[in-house]
Amino acid sequence: MSEPLLKVRGLKIGATVYPPGEKPHNIEIVHGVDFDLERGKVLGLIGESGAGKSTIGLASMAYGRGGVKITGGEVWVNGRDILKTSLKDIRGLRGGEVTYVSQSAAASFNPAKKIMDQVVEAAVEQKKFSRRQAEERARALFAKLGLPDPDKIGERYPHQVSGGQLQRCMTALALCPEPDLVVFDEPTTALDVTTQIDVLMAIKEAIQDTGVAALYITHDLAVVAQVSDDIMVLRMGDMVEYGETDQIINRPQKEYTQALVSVRSIEHEEKKPTPEPVLSVTGISARYKGLAFDVLHNVTVDLHPGQTLAVVGESGSGKSTLARVITGLLPPREGEIAFAGRKLSRDLAGRSREDLRELQMIYQMADVAMNPRQTVGTIIGRPLEFYFGMRGAEKRKRIIELLDEIEMGEKFIDRYPAELSGGQKQRVCIARSLAAKPKMIICDEVTSALDPLVADGILKLLLDLQKIENVAYLFITHDLATVKAISDSIAVMYQGRVVRYGSKSQVLSPPFDDYTDLLLSSVPEMRLGWLEEVVAHRKMESAGH
Amino acid sequence: MHPIVKLVSQRFALGLLLLFGASAMIFGLTEALPGDAAQAVLGQSATPESLANLREEMGLDRPALTRYFEWLGGILQGDLGQSLTNKLDIAESIGNRLGNTLFLAFWAAIVSVPLAIFLGLLAVRYRNRWPDKLISAVTLTTISIPEFLIGYVLVYFVAVKLGMFSPLAMINDSMSLGQKLNAIALPVIVLTMVVLAHMMRMTRAAILNVMQSAYIETAELKGLTNFTIIYRHALPNAIAPIVNVVMLNLAYLVVGVVVVEVVFVYPGMGQYLVDHVTKRDVPVVLACGVIFAAIYIGLNMLADIVAILANPRLRHPK
Repeated sequence: MSEPLLKVRGLKIGATVYPPGEKPHNIEIVHGVDFDLERGKVLGLIGESGAGKSTIGLASMAYGRGGVKITGGEVWVNGRDILKTSLKDIRGLRGGEVTYVSQSAAASFNPAKKIMDQVVEAAVEQKKFSRRQAEERARALFAKLGLPDPDKIGERYPHQVSGGQLQRCMTALALCPEPDLVVFDEPTTALDVTTQIDVLMAIKEAIQDTGVAALYITHDLAVVAQVSDDIMVLRMGDMVEYGETDQIINRPQKEYTQALVSVRSIEHEEKKPTPEPVLSVTGISARYKGLAFDVLHNVTVDLHPGQTLAVVGESGSGKSTLARVITGLLPPREGEIAFAGRKLSRDLAGRSREDLRELQMIYQMADVAMNPRQTVGTIIGRPLEFYFGMRGAEKRKRIIELLDEIEMGEKFIDRYPAELSGGQKQRVCIARSLAAKPKMIICDEVTSALDPLVADGILKLLLDLQKIENVAYLFITHDLATVKAISDSIAVMYQGRVVRYGSKSQVLSPPFDDYTDLLLSSVPEMRLGWLEEVVAHRKMESAGH
Repeated sequence: MHPIVKLVSQRFALGLLLLFGASAMIFGLTEALPGDAAQAVLGQSATPESLANLREEMGLDRPALTRYFEWLGGILQGDLGQSLTNKLDIAESIGNRLGNTLFLAFWAAIVSVPLAIFLGLLAVRYRNRWPDKLISAVTLTTISIPEFLIGYVLVYFVAVKLGMFSPLAMINDSMSLGQKLNAIALPVIVLTMVVLAHMMRMTRAAILNVMQSAYIETAELKGLTNFTIIYRHALPNAIAPIVNVVMLNLAYLVVGVVVVEVVFVYPGMGQYLVDHVTKRDVPVVLACGVIFAAIYIGLNMLADIVAILANPRLRHPK
């Protein structure tokens, strides 16, 4: 049998960490991983954040990001151990034999240079093609990847094309030098779900047509199932399970893999609307200062006590703007907001302390929503002082109660945010908002920055707390799985309008409007061949129209 | 309208407004000083009558605002007024000297700006290694030593001991370019040493800042060499802060060279200004002040405009 293209043996990777209050020290983040990749095959590396998947991907280019260093093992590419070769040889490998597609093309393209210059650069520098040949290849790749106007798009600057288009340009950049291996590092994670599907298909076809091998890194098992031949599941730097895609998806052996496959198994019984909604938004139109057009058009929704209204939409749909209007940060141009039976002032300055207390908010980025110099106890205690004037032992007792409610407990009271995990940080933010005893909480993408299993835990907690405290949630998200898991009613937003609104069962049952149909059918499903089915179905439909 | 045109014309208008404000301030401050031109001319021999006569003759008895606008109107027509001490037309006297100052500043810039940027790039390339530390140490030393000291030391060792270059930087119109350059070699070296550190360190900092970006990683993963990455991918994105500090230093080369001009007896604006300040020749001081302000504001405006032009988002809108 011939030598595999990429052979990794006993790969160990270390990093220097700077924990607060301690001396910097070295830790091991990947503890000896083995795998092979044959020419033309696709291996999916899957795991949660901190699993070491990106680090392993970059190790195949002998690259360590930041303070990351490869500390042991062998990485064989095309028959030589690249950890033992010269820097000059590694430069020839990077951008020549192995190329890289990053998560955020928007950040990975140099804003000061034209797309074409960047796409052909590696191929020309590595002397694989002349500039003219490379440009021809690039144009052919642009066309293959379904970019509009493939002959001209290279003349544009990165900011002049959309995020989805730029991600395809990044794929063209990686394929242009005719590499043997491409490392795709979460290439569709930052995209909207309806955009993701096209980019995913473009990447898959490009891989098939060029016969290139690929490492496909993602945290989304449903996505990796569509593109890879084999899957390796990683957890905290260790390999958990490694096998063919079909086996991993349909017959996972290890408990952790089974948990990943069955994630989002929350059952939530839809509640009936009550006669008195806690929040009534009527005919809201709003625009940002200096803009000549509305970003919200005539939005009307109700939220009932103790229930969850999910506001779902893609980036730019106006869902976060709606939250800003409700909180008073952006006074609406037209329309009214009624809350707990009274009319709310349009802007923040006109609202009473009671208004502020009863309407709380939780954010996507728990890190930046907390003061890093305050302890968990201070953070949660602040609303207790501010709204209820609590002091001393009484305050501490209530803080501990809240910590127990979020399943963390007293031992966290003196910790700083930097000492908490992502999920714990979000729990503290939840406790802080609950401390005000609100009638309603706006949750703005609160699980989007979290790993699936952790996000599941947060959703379960939110549902449990809802039962106890009878608090209503306005849940803003782009993730339809989350919507299905927790909502009682749903508002689908598109370009600043509510295009579909009703109870969960109504909104998620046919007949659908075009946009909701597109949105629902774009959510990756965890089964082989799903991608092809959807794409074929869409082609048929567009041919039928 | 193209957003660039709008932004640039805004900057331009702002620059003019600023210059107007600066002229008012310069005029106002000299007004606020005790004594006036008439007193300066008459000196010790002044009697109240002769002062009043002279003030009337010079128009100093009219309101300050009227005189300000007359003065400003004159400047706009190229009339900077007349020197009190030698009765010469100021515009004419300054013309030649300003040319000399700009000549010196130009050659100092030609040497120092590329050198500073190159040393900045080099420092980034060998960050925290000995070339970086050496560059930092040497440039910091040269900026820390007073420029007149460097000037005299150079005069003594280079000009006197080694016999290279002229110790006096006297130039006149009859000299050829080569002779002129030979004459100003020492002041150019001194000025370069003074402005180098600031520009070099800003270049280093601006580029290091850009080096954190994800697109630098992309460049590294293309297998480019470090220096290619720095000048091809990092430098174009660090233009704005670098140009800003370069312009500040160019302005310094014009308006801050007084000491160096005195040390090398160079017939530039600085010498001229110092001479007339000691003689309390207010019209000359006013004229020099406005010209310096104009150069300072002009160069900074240019830096702003370059920063706008360097931004691809503004240059190529969606």
